[in-house]
Amino acid sequence: MAYKVTTQTPASRIAAIVGAIAIVVLIALPFFAGRGTIQDMFFILTMLVLAQFWNLLAGYGGLVSIGQQAFVGMGAYALFGAVILWGLDPVPSILLAGVAALIIAVPTAFFAFRLSGAYFAIGTWVIAEVVRLLVAQWKTLGGGTGTSLPRSATRDMWFVEMIEEALGVRSAAARDILAYWLALILAIATIGGIYWLLRTRRGLALAAVRDNTEAAKSVGVDAGRMKWIVFLTSAFGTGLAGGLIYMQKARISPDAAFSVTDWTAYVIFIVVIGGIGTIEGPIIGVLVFFALQSLLADFGSWYLMTLGVLAIVIMLVAPRGLWGLLSERTGLHLFPIRRRLTGGQLTTSEE
Amino acid sequence: MALLQTQNLTAHYGDFQALFGVDIELGEAETVAIIGANGAGKTTLMRSIAGVLRNDAGAVSFDGVSIGALTADEIMAQGVAMVPEGRKLFPSLTVEENLLIGTYGRKTAGHWTLDTVYDLFPILAERRHNPGTALSGGQQQMVAIGRALMSNPRVLLCDEISLGLAPVVIKDIYKAIPQIKAAGASMIVVEQDIAQAMAVADRVYCMMEGRVTLSGTPDSLSRDDIHNAYFGASH
Amino acid sequence: MIWIDTIIQGILLGGLYALFASGLSLVFGIMRLVNLAHGDLIVMGAYLILVLVTLLGLSPFLAVFVAVPLMFALGWFLQKFLLNRTLGEDILPPLLVTFGLSIALQNALLEGFSADSQRLPTNALTTASVDAGPITLGVMPLLTFASAVLVIVGLNQLFYRTELGRAFRATSDDATTASLMGIKPANIFATATGIALVIVTIAALYLGLRANFDPNIGPARLIYAFEAVIIGGLGSLWGTLLGGIIIGVAQTVGAAINPEWQILAGHIAFLVVLLVRPRGLFPRAND
Repeated sequence: MAYKVTTQTPASRIAAIVGAIAIVVLIALPFFAGRGTIQDMFFILTMLVLAQFWNLLAGYGGLVSIGQQAFVGMGAYALFGAVILWGLDPVPSILLAGVAALIIAVPTAFFAFRLSGAYFAIGTWVIAEVVRLLVAQWKTLGGGTGTSLPRSATRDMWFVEMIEEALGVRSAAARDILAYWLALILAIATIGGIYWLLRTRRGLALAAVRDNTEAAKSVGVDAGRMKWIVFLTSAFGTGLAGGLIYMQKARISPDAAFSVTDWTAYVIFIVVIGGIGTIEGPIIGVLVFFALQSLLADFGSWYLMTLGVLAIVIMLVAPRGLWGLLSERTGLHLFPIRRRLTGGQLTTSEE
Repeated sequence: MALLQTQNLTAHYGDFQALFGVDIELGEAETVAIIGANGAGKTTLMRSIAGVLRNDAGAVSFDGVSIGALTADEIMAQGVAMVPEGRKLFPSLTVEENLLIGTYGRKTAGHWTLDTVYDLFPILAERRHNPGTALSGGQQQMVAIGRALMSNPRVLLCDEISLGLAPVVIKDIYKAIPQIKAAGASMIVVEQDIAQAMAVADRVYCMMEGRVTLSGTPDSLSRDDIHNAYFGASH
Repeated sequence: MIWIDTIIQGILLGGLYALFASGLSLVFGIMRLVNLAHGDLIVMGAYLILVLVTLLGLSPFLAVFVAVPLMFALGWFLQKFLLNRTLGEDILPPLLVTFGLSIALQNALLEGFSADSQRLPTNALTTASVDAGPITLGVMPLLTFASAVLVIVGLNQLFYRTELGRAFRATSDDATTASLMGIKPANIFATATGIALVIVTIAALYLGLRANFDPNIGPARLIYAFEAVIIGGLGSLWGTLLGGIIIGVAQTVGAAINPEWQILAGHIAFLVVLLVRPRGLFPRAND
């Protein structure tokens, strides 16, 4: 048998090699890059994680959420709670951040799944507001004004001393490097995990549900269950990212941790600009977003206005985003999902 | 010169071509029937003429003017009204509101008003305040015809007006056609029911697989001709 | 007695939320479009009235008459040239385009008017109150509520008594068949959004007269409006009024217990209704 069903393409093999080299470079980055670069890369990687999970929800699952800030904020507060109230180390507390987001995702989904389409979107936003208002009542964590991680906890954080010695940097820089490496692991695991999910039978079913719920049902795909899986997965991942982001910031307030602009609007713009419904899109999108922010951030509200207008233009002119334009022109797929038949001769008779 | 004419009309649904160069003509005060089996392209032809499907600019002309590139509402304003397949009454509107909506895009004085439509189909006057969709299939068909007449169209396109109705109801509806003709409208009637079509039409076109396979006056066509044109010669 | 007072204040506050919500309800009912920039458009309306008051020296109530045609035109063009292009099977384009619009609008207002809060000038009438037995009612809340009722009566008349209203309903049922009747769906949608922005302007007047506003408060108004629409049942205007009242009463009762709970109580009321009646109190049959 010379036939083979494969999803590989020549471009994806090259991409895998380039990707492997990129990962090695990124791991080694703290050995030669300055603290500013590391902080920028931390920002890019965490936004990339948020974007990949929103893309999984909206681009693959058809669930347009405007309430991702609920999971970022919940994750962040869970981490602060675990450190401040239980005296846990911040690094393992990141896992608790994911679990906390997962826990509130269950009632959120229960309510929001009663709404469809656009109403689902606003419904998730309402629930995020409810969570923000409730957290603002949590006086031991600073209520509406927020709180900081205690100095003792950040100083003695796991691995920090190791990094200080190995790289010969101060404690604050070592914490940034640790956060960066954790963000890198999270980003690679996120992209790898989503790519894996999309290539499984479940993932193919997901595409079927997005394209046509009725038709997918008729071939035996449980659309309701897929929605739950996707929603909970992305809540968990978003919570991990939220915990990590605020571990690095070391200071939290409800308005910042549950900000719809920072954790949902930016993320939506990244995905839309890069290309919704592809894994490559958020990667391109986050780079464009970072470039725009570096160029325009001094202009304050002009910057956000530009982002808003850019998202409108892209949605109307190139609804598949920058990556969509590129892959239409070139047929390029770095993370191919489609299964293709290769090898052998396509003849009607078998030997 | 023909009042309404298609020339080399083609139509596509995505990659699927549904019409292959169809030429038909409708004269002033004439009634033309288009017959053919399911999937022959009859409804596609009606939708193309009415502007629901996009055409080449030159493919359809009405009263000497090319209307192929106009939108459905513009074509309706020119005086070509359609009774769509499946009746398509507006469920949020009462019978009377459904009729009145027919005058939205074209307010032309003429024979047809609410009163004359109620004279044509007296049952509708009784049901005027009911929701359109609460009516029986035959009554809904009457509303759909009345709705199209309300604009006093010069051409009335009737798409499958007997589909899914009992024979006795079909007879009632077809009784109205001579009166519609008498009031001055030219008509294209799309039918699967050959006998009904032959009875009211001045001329008949037979379609198969997106092409016109036969045309002529009802008495010039033999049963075998029609049978072959309808199902293909091999049957 | 204090509870009756609280509840009546809540009912009157519901009038304001119903005004926020009616435009959203209208647009959704006709074209299944949810405009995420709705709240920001209300805030923009308030700034427009403020500018007219400042430039022309008009009273806010007169400035509204100048603002209404401007806002109608804005809505018409917005729908015709931007939002109509996003309508279709896919729900993403309208959501993302209106979300982009919301962010762009908020920041344009920030750029133009700064983040300082503003208020429309009040006079003796707007701060007056009337005694109704043991309870004192503000003239402003009463006027707001009366306007909400008038707007809803007006919209119902428009929908069920006019040719345009028939065309709205027919297009909402089936846009393709409506076009066979000579209706241009694109223009019907544009007109509907124009009317929605007329209601937005009226809502903006009361928003600006009753309290301070700044460019960032739009999203919260969108959320209240959305909650009122869902509670009432999609497409039912009287339901929307009732939804507004439920949110309003929940908020004033919440605030009476603990001022920090005002907003939270409104959201909780919404979630409770969603739990018991997922399709709202007056759901439309054919949705």
